[in-house]
Amino acid sequence: MFDLEFMRLAFAAGAVVGLLAPVVGFFLVQRQMSLIGDGIGHVAFAGVAAGYLIGISPVWTALVAAVVGAGAIEWLRARRQAAGDQALALVFYTGIAGGVVLISSAGALNANLFTYLFGSILTVTRGDLLRIALLGLGGLVLVAVLLRALLAVAIDEEGARVAGLPVAVLNGVISMLAALTIGISMRIVGILLIAALMVVPVIAAQRIAWSLRSTIGLAVAIGLGSVLTGLTISYYGNLPPGGTIVLTATAAFLVAAAAESLNARL
Amino acid sequence: MPLALEFEHVDFAYPHGPPVLREVDLEVTPGEFLAIAGPNGGGKTTLLRLALGLEHPTRGAVRLFGEPADHFRDRARLGYLAQRAQLGVQAPATVREIVAAGRSPLNPFGRLSAADREAIDAGIERVGLAPFAGRRLTRLSGGQQQRAFIAKALVADPALLALDEPTAGVDVEAQDALAELLARLNSELGVTILYVSHEFGAIEHVVERLVLVRERIVYDGPPESLPGVWHDPSHAHV
Repeated sequence: MFDLEFMRLAFAAGAVVGLLAPVVGFFLVQRQMSLIGDGIGHVAFAGVAAGYLIGISPVWTALVAAVVGAGAIEWLRARRQAAGDQALALVFYTGIAGGVVLISSAGALNANLFTYLFGSILTVTRGDLLRIALLGLGGLVLVAVLLRALLAVAIDEEGARVAGLPVAVLNGVISMLAALTIGISMRIVGILLIAALMVVPVIAAQRIAWSLRSTIGLAVAIGLGSVLTGLTISYYGNLPPGGTIVLTATAAFLVAAAAESLNARL
Repeated sequence: MPLALEFEHVDFAYPHGPPVLREVDLEVTPGEFLAIAGPNGGGKTTLLRLALGLEHPTRGAVRLFGEPADHFRDRARLGYLAQRAQLGVQAPATVREIVAAGRSPLNPFGRLSAADREAIDAGIERVGLAPFAGRRLTRLSGGQQQRAFIAKALVADPALLALDEPTAGVDVEAQDALAELLARLNSELGVTILYVSHEFGAIEHVVERLVLVRERIVYDGPPESLPGVWHDPSHAHV
């Protein structure tokens, strides 16, 4: 399998995605905003469509759209213009509606579009890998630098505000990282499924973890394992990678839930 | 020495809303243990948010240690226990991780100094949770979870500790234990305590001063001098 360059590229890019997505997802889950990735993903779809329409790489337009969508959700939430779920719904539906209209205008409702929506192991280029590695590494370093502040906000947002932490900035950082994760993951997992890779490994890890740090560590292990296993199954089974990766993560969740039940009975 | 907290002719209303507080004057000296009670919707949580600089008065001035509360910079001097619903009690965190979140959270790369680690251990010990330091919060009782968050609020050695409805969702025994703990912290550490609750039965015997809020301050004095009928905070005091 690794004799093929596209598989080596897919695995390398997938490893970065498998590391970054659960780390960012951890903070989304703690803020009870597990579905924000879905909302941003749908805005990214509008970005892909805009890319087709204006004739530039959909990867970049999707990334820009994801950042704008994340900013809009955070702005609506922080200004209390709408509750968290309402802000999400507003952005979610606007994104998908805008995407459908734009993609139809561009006449790009074709199989190529599906590679952005659901991922494809054939599409990762060397340029993509470089971009994914640089942005992914940047995201991970940012989380490492801000780790304690981000944890403080995740545990007690109002307490963090009283303590003088820049809560709005830190929440904005997490939303932007979610947008970044979606932007760099669309080639592997697809923009409609990447949200699952951010959330499912975390909720699986929470079942068996014993602390915050172990939750992050286990979530990364499950995320990375799901991507690498899913890509392998996808290659040998000729299956779409995004769906296979997410179903592998779901299987990990079921195993973790069973382990938790077993532990409770002992 | 400046007052720990001062309200001077304060009015407050949320945008496009009716008045929440009117003509509030309040002075709190350092080291006081003050209970702020009143009915739901009476404005006591808003009063606390103004005190912590989280809201700006519509009229008048709020000062923390002599500085305008909404521009107060030395925020490590403030400890805060939010209402239970706002706390991440479902987070997969240990007691130690909860308490550590209150200490030097802006240190890059999660680094803690030896002094930070000592303060965290001492804070856990102080609230009686040393045997559970490594245990997940979700495995503890409501009262123990609350103690972990009190330890977090105190771990940066604040001069003022504010608690918003700390007895909500905990049983009577835990409420009594909390009152005793706060009285001890107040006398041992000299920390000023603002205790906001819709009822004050559990702490009546440990506080020196009680303030009843119902849009205005309708009583300010020792709990024992409070007329009997006012012990029911839902009673119409005005």
